[in-house]
Amino acid sequence: MSASPAVEAIVESEYEHGFITEIESDTFLPGLDEGVVRAISARKGEPEFLLEYRLKAFRHWQTLATPRWAHVHYPEIDYQAISYFSAPKSKDGPKSLDEIDPALRETYNKLGIPIEEQMALSGIAVDAVFDSVSVATTFRTKLAEAGVIFCAISEAVHDYPDLIKQHLGSVVPHTDNFYAALNAAVFSDGTFVYVPKGVRCPMELSTYFRINARNTGQFERTLIVAEAGSHVSYLEGCTAPMRDENQLHAAVVELIAMDDAEIKYSTVQNWYPGDAQGRGGIYNFVTKRGDCRGARSKISWTQVETGSAITWKYPSCLLRGDDSVGEFYSVAVTKGRQQADTGTKMIHLGRNTRSTIVSKGISAGEGQQTYRGLVRIAAKAQGARNHTQCDSLLIGDRCGAHTFPYIEVKNPSAQMEHEATTSKISDDQLFYCRSRGLTTEDSVSMIVNGFCKQVFNQLPMEFAVEAQKLLSISLEGAVG
Amino acid sequence: MLSVKGLKANVGDKEILKGLDLEIGRGEVHAIMGPNGSGKSTLAHVLSGREGYTVTGGSVTFEGQDLLDLEPEARAHLGLFLAFQYPVELPGVNNTYFLKAALNAIRKARGEPELDAVSFLRLMKEKLKVLHLDDSLLKRPVNFGFSGGEKKRNEIFQMAILEPKLAILDETDSGLDIDALRIVADGVNALRSPERSVILVTHYQRLLDYIQPDYVHVLAKGQIIRSGGKELALELEDKGYGWLGAEEAA
Repeated sequence: MSASPAVEAIVESEYEHGFITEIESDTFLPGLDEGVVRAISARKGEPEFLLEYRLKAFRHWQTLATPRWAHVHYPEIDYQAISYFSAPKSKDGPKSLDEIDPALRETYNKLGIPIEEQMALSGIAVDAVFDSVSVATTFRTKLAEAGVIFCAISEAVHDYPDLIKQHLGSVVPHTDNFYAALNAAVFSDGTFVYVPKGVRCPMELSTYFRINARNTGQFERTLIVAEAGSHVSYLEGCTAPMRDENQLHAAVVELIAMDDAEIKYSTVQNWYPGDAQGRGGIYNFVTKRGDCRGARSKISWTQVETGSAITWKYPSCLLRGDDSVGEFYSVAVTKGRQQADTGTKMIHLGRNTRSTIVSKGISAGEGQQTYRGLVRIAAKAQGARNHTQCDSLLIGDRCGAHTFPYIEVKNPSAQMEHEATTSKISDDQLFYCRSRGLTTEDSVSMIVNGFCKQVFNQLPMEFAVEAQKLLSISLEGAVG
Repeated sequence: MLSVKGLKANVGDKEILKGLDLEIGRGEVHAIMGPNGSGKSTLAHVLSGREGYTVTGGSVTFEGQDLLDLEPEARAHLGLFLAFQYPVELPGVNNTYFLKAALNAIRKARGEPELDAVSFLRLMKEKLKVLHLDDSLLKRPVNFGFSGGEKKRNEIFQMAILEPKLAILDETDSGLDIDALRIVADGVNALRSPERSVILVTHYQRLLDYIQPDYVHVLAKGQIIRSGGKELALELEDKGYGWLGAEEAA
């Protein structure tokens, strides 16, 4: 088989840099102290300002206690037992697909993921994922022409230090919460996007097309800056379940939208939820926040969460600019022993700011799901409006759905709407579908997809199709 | 094609069907009439395989197969169709999408090739024409927010697309005004064919003014107590169910 020059270049460059030895020597021993933070920064050759930032965050983190208000239960995490600088692909990883959990492989096949990609996703060292490499190369050229910066945040620190210095931590400060502080101290890598003034990003940006983004480790950091009048759509994650050796994930995502700018951030999260007893699944503790800094700016979060043992995340919008708009569309699925406490915060500061929240929670098996949302209208936010719709769907009788809406209104001109429903897939609905020839599973999948339609409609086309498929697979066997 | 022999069925502890016999041949239209609580809807549900009913005796064969052993979807694959008395709402599920999935599930089970979007749309247009319906219902979620008449029309439209061998219409006339009734009845008549049998379950003779049955059966206390031609329905209209000693059945 003859490889293309681009692929050969990558294969060779890995050897050139002594790929394997580097991993072995660069995995730190478990434990976290100031020395570890300094070592991470040194290893990445970071400028002084970033080291200072990390240290400040670390010192603050030491003063914090683990938050306990979320409606989730898990054993205490020993933060000294985690290695804070390690390449996730260790030499102990699987050598071939035969070593992968057959259930996982079946899912890959159902999703129609090509074999090379299955290997990459499940952590088997492959030379290159052929399609993605070539796609990534062409995409980069096109983006550069438009003036859009799309790179690893570790690269951006060196190539665009001023932008990083100006924006990093400006939306989610290191003092924000326990996990945000931890992330700021030890973040491994992540993505940086910068869209210059008036530029409409010529394509959907996706981590899917950036191979190195797959190995950003457990403390991922994302920063997206949209200058005045610009527009960008970013897709995070992919529908395939990813193998990961890190149990704890504490990512931080910061979005900044200036005057008339628009950022659309879509996530499909499908991490390992653990086995049937709930062992070994990923803990996903994420801080995501968008800052509508400019007038008439808009930030829209869309998420489809089907994976992880525990999900703790609240993508939020700070509506500072007058007439700015925040949106949150979410589908979260918990099955087996999964737990999710998720929702959003819409903080209305500017005049005539508007926000929309549509949350669809689906629980099956013994899954526990909580919607937690805050809508705050500040005293100066004259004419602010919010519409919240929060629907839960229960499948079976051992799961749970909980809703905790918080509403704080300090301006009498505010218009608030809150709708909440909890429903079960009724026997009538199932029988109706089955009497038309559909199997129970197809019926459930159709009813659930109907339930989620409002959210799927917000996803970019191909993503929506994948998400639907993913949902069907996730709920297979959910009804006995 | 359908042979029901000595069928007994319970809901909970209560016996509703008490040894019911019914023979339906290809292309025949049978009306099953009876007072409230006589077991009409139970019969429709037991035939289509709804949960919550326990068959305690008797047999049902459809096209030579034991129907009672089959899951509801397998009965649909064989060519059985139930038009619901109360069609169920499926929020967010597009009507066209639903019907295409249903038709293709049936075709697949029969080993026929699935229809692609273009062929399916063509089929839909054709059926709309036959039934004199417009396409306004097709873009909406299944039965969601439909009026009573729209729901019943949608059932008939589904029947037209799925082309069953045996259609059971469970009190399709209930809750319809005279105009809606006429539209639904015209639809059913347009779908009559020598290949398609129909069971009309109804309380009133009114529906039979529009759909002429070949046979009329009177169901009371879980049994068929009288069978005859369409003149039996007229007699019932005149004399009431009490005439047959069925009045205390409820």
